[in-house]
Amino acid sequence: MKNSNASKLSFWKIVAAVIMICGLYSSYIRFTKGLGASTHLSDSIPWGLWIGFDFLGVGLAAAGFTIAVMVHVFNIHKFEPIVRPAILTAYIGYTLVVLLLIIDLGRPQNFWHPLVMWNLHSVMFEITWCVICYSAILTLEFAPVVLEKYNLTAPIKILRKISIPVVILGVIFSTLHQSSFGSLYLIVPGRLYPLWYSTLLPVNFYISCIAAGLSMIIFESYLNARAFNLGLRLDILSGLAKIVLYVLIIGFLVRITDMIITGKTPFLFLPRTETYMFYAEVIVGTFIPVYLLSQAKYRKSRMWLYVISIFTLSGFVLNRINVAVTGLVASSKTSYFPSFDEISITMMLVVLGMWAFKLVSTKFPVFVELENLKEEKLPEDSREMILSE
Amino acid sequence: MVKQKGILYDSTMCVGCGECYSACKKQNKLPETNSDFLKDHLSANTYTVVEQHGDLYARKMCMHCAEPTCASVCPVKAFEKTKEGAVIYDAEKCIGCRYCMQACPHQIPRYEWSQVSPRVRKCVLCQNRISKGLPTACSEACPTGATICGDLDDLKIEAKKRLSEGSDKYYQHIYGLDEAGGGSVLILASVPFEKLGYTPNLPKQPMPQLTNRVMEKIPTVATVGGLFLGSMYWLTKRKNEIAREEKEAKFKRNEVK
Ligand code: SF4
Ligand code: SF4
Repeated sequence: MKNSNASKLSFWKIVAAVIMICGLYSSYIRFTKGLGASTHLSDSIPWGLWIGFDFLGVGLAAAGFTIAVMVHVFNIHKFEPIVRPAILTAYIGYTLVVLLLIIDLGRPQNFWHPLVMWNLHSVMFEITWCVICYSAILTLEFAPVVLEKYNLTAPIKILRKISIPVVILGVIFSTLHQSSFGSLYLIVPGRLYPLWYSTLLPVNFYISCIAAGLSMIIFESYLNARAFNLGLRLDILSGLAKIVLYVLIIGFLVRITDMIITGKTPFLFLPRTETYMFYAEVIVGTFIPVYLLSQAKYRKSRMWLYVISIFTLSGFVLNRINVAVTGLVASSKTSYFPSFDEISITMMLVVLGMWAFKLVSTKFPVFVELENLKEEKLPEDSREMILSE
Repeated sequence: MVKQKGILYDSTMCVGCGECYSACKKQNKLPETNSDFLKDHLSANTYTVVEQHGDLYARKMCMHCAEPTCASVCPVKAFEKTKEGAVIYDAEKCIGCRYCMQACPHQIPRYEWSQVSPRVRKCVLCQNRISKGLPTACSEACPTGATICGDLDDLKIEAKKRLSEGSDKYYQHIYGLDEAGGGSVLILASVPFEKLGYTPNLPKQPMPQLTNRVMEKIPTVATVGGLFLGSMYWLTKRKNEIAREEKEAKFKRNEVK
């Protein structure tokens, strides 16, 4: 038993090493030979896999602000144990996104230009600023975890004092840039396929990122439970799942109402790739999870919650890929499939992210539920009272 | 006040000789990209093309929009609309995000994909010539007068005159007058414009408005959001405190009993 576990581990280590080597090689090509040599991007498809991955990274990291707002602003302390894993996920997600953006930029040596050359009309400018500010805020939010380990109480006290304004600022920056990823496409009404183009794109992006971010926590928590025996309590997960259910329903209603009002329903019946992709997205990401989540018996099973979270996340991935690639291919009159270098650099970043998550969560008190809750300063019963809120 | 310059391209007069194509290459010191200019397409080394559609010809180039989408989406203001009307680009500022290429309603900007430090490339309306009062290289080279350069206001009047005088010769529309808010390049044709490969159905309003409507809401979202979250924090905290006090009181009463 032990033996097979060990061989399984080293198998994944080898896979990770191969991915890393390919990724580093591809990065070398990217920076010495340019984007043309390393990607399948072209004048008609100027954005590809990398931008799609940025969308995903930022969207899946959305739990960082949703959980923070529930616990610190709405004082729902039941979700306290998820705060740290959520913030760590967000932190790693954003670091990867920023790294990939810099790789993707044609002139990466100028990446700092938006800091000094302002264009207040540009959505891209706004996103850049929000991502930078939010990353700074995530640093502040995560700092106590690191400081705690080294018993540096003085800075922790200061951070506690400013924690509420910091959380609120973080929520605002998140709201702005999560929705702005949708606003990026407002300017291409003629190019983005009508099933996805909408003046409500920012709203749709915002709602869907909340469902995806929370599902990501359910998903991670299941994997962590298997890897380190550090799970989250089932009632917390079920609580999250319920929120996911409501958010999915709201998101779907907003989209369908908008389609009816703007007269886009005929597009639902055209026999085209776009239509099929749209149905794939809605069935996988909305109908199936909503059906399952609406039944208590599935909400109360770890295994089912895990499966449902995979559905929700796949639907989210499909949605972003549909907007970033599927919806634009027809109008660009070319086809696009990412190159080896594009894929290997992306996979390298995924491996780096997983490795960072594992490293940080084993070295620092990220999953505090089991150890720390008992040492809380609050008297036992008052703690319960808050928890039972 | 400098008068805005522009180009009027009347495709009914175009014979497809490619003089504008060659003049543009020479003016911008661009290498040869295709031995048959009619088969060439816009690229980092080709700022204008002449396309053949049956026995008709159509020139493609940047439309030098009055409110350029490329300039409005660029995070670092690498594009600028000059007072002469040209939309020019500064590679020193550009970070290479390629949002301009994604957003341009006419799908004009091209990229130097093969370069390690690529630039965005497109027609610049011969800014350094028109600022000196010279016509653009392409219009100077055109032997038939299909492409002419002049004050934009005069060109608009001229285009309208041609449409009304030659009502059976022209398709009654000036392409570029209203498309995506209009610009400094006007095009006339004998057939509907989509038949010549021009992007059809562009809205009349300048594209940047589509984004501005949302961007304007940002300060409101930020302040209202901040106030809302702040008060929610205070309210729920207070609610929890009251609940706790009540529970404690109950607990004590029970103990006394
Ligand atoms: S046609 Fe495109 S590139 Fe030219 S000014 Fe308009 S938006 Fe910019
Ligand atoms: S590629 Fe350069 S010019 Fe185009 S939007 Fe990005 S920064 Fe601006």
